[in-house]
Amino acid sequence: AVVSTQSGHYGRGGMATLKDIEMRLKSVKNMKKITSSMKMVSAAKFARAERALKPARAYGTGAASLYEKNDFDTSGKDSVLLALSSDRGLCGGIHSNVGKMVKAAHAETPITKAIIVGDKAKAILVKVIGDTFLSCFNNVGKKPTSFTDALDIAEEVLSHDYDTINIVYSKFKNIVSYNTEEKPVPSLESVESNAAIYVYDEVDSEVLRCYQEFTLANIIYHSMKECEASEQSSRMSAMENATKNAGEKIDALTLQYNRTRQAVITRELIEIISGASALE
Amino acid sequence: MAFRSLVVRSATLCRRAMATEVSSNTFPLTFGSPNKSIHDGSHVKQVDIPSTTGHFGILPNHVPTIAALLPGVVSIQTEAGDVQKFFVSSGTAQIHPDSTVMIQAEEICDLGDIDVNAARSGLEAAQSKLASASSEVDKAAAQIEVDVYQSMVASV
Repeated sequence: AVVSTQSGHYGRGGMATLKDIEMRLKSVKNMKKITSSMKMVSAAKFARAERALKPARAYGTGAASLYEKNDFDTSGKDSVLLALSSDRGLCGGIHSNVGKMVKAAHAETPITKAIIVGDKAKAILVKVIGDTFLSCFNNVGKKPTSFTDALDIAEEVLSHDYDTINIVYSKFKNIVSYNTEEKPVPSLESVESNAAIYVYDEVDSEVLRCYQEFTLANIIYHSMKECEASEQSSRMSAMENATKNAGEKIDALTLQYNRTRQAVITRELIEIISGASALE
Repeated sequence: MAFRSLVVRSATLCRRAMATEVSSNTFPLTFGSPNKSIHDGSHVKQVDIPSTTGHFGILPNHVPTIAALLPGVVSIQTEAGDVQKFFVSSGTAQIHPDSTVMIQAEEICDLGDIDVNAARSGLEAAQSKLASASSEVDKAAAQIEVDVYQSMVASV
């Protein structure tokens, strides 16, 4: 005799019982509630991050204008990689894209010094360039980045010797997309040795050093604000997709649950009726 | 016919000359702090900044330079003619060869928002901190506090 797949409600043959489907339905419904509320939370955080990005962008591009308007040498052999990410996941491809870009760069020219911001990037990169880590920062992503955070990172970078700093970060494009970019920042020696700097009148080395240090912090701050906006918008769309998928799964499971329930009722009716007719 | 075209041509030349005169009267200024952008490329007539090499004013076509800011008042004369004054804690300024000016200040405060009494009591607290500071780092930090408060009190 062929065992009907619909009659699995007695638990025969490893098919789903009514109880199993009920439990799965309950857990998927919970998941949908969680992802839906995560989406709303990141929507609120994103609105705040996007608002903060506007002055940060004007500030950061202004600070880096000297590098933009002049061609300083950023091809130095002794470069420090600064990878910007955060501690929290469930944000789509943000952290893995940073990891991909770093791995690609490492394949081209091996990285010798790296400073990692964010536990996620650290976890991805520790196997590839773990021995080059100069320091790692965490506690990133819970609260919005402040300028003091950027100052701490800049201080750490400046405590090492380098020719160039390469900042890998997620640049915010719009609410549905971001680009993972690599931004080179020249060192003080690189700027001082370039003839273009003499266009600027009466700049003594103390002022230039001041400018370099402050601008590094400004550029790091700007990049972190871009990362923040990219991450929150990416998390928003990831959670929205998860909620949509959970909704579809709930529909499919509900249909299966109803079919199974009707099959149980039909089976019980048949047994009662055939039992009754056997007595006659 | 020829005379008329000559008149038209000289009129256009006059207009073009006047147009360049107006635009060379102002220069684009980007002035902000990490969380507040005051000007983002808007055209202004003059900016006065407190720098380590002295308090100086910037007009269009100023010689390119890079300056570090001291705590003090940044005064901006906008294209419309009104004067904006802000207190800045510190920062940097760049004047580029194309006459664009970028100023990054760590903290910007509208001059009207400063409470003189709070600034004076802050100055006294900072001075006592400087007197009691022991390490070089503490002394330097306290000195910076004193400088900022002194400048704040002087500016209102």
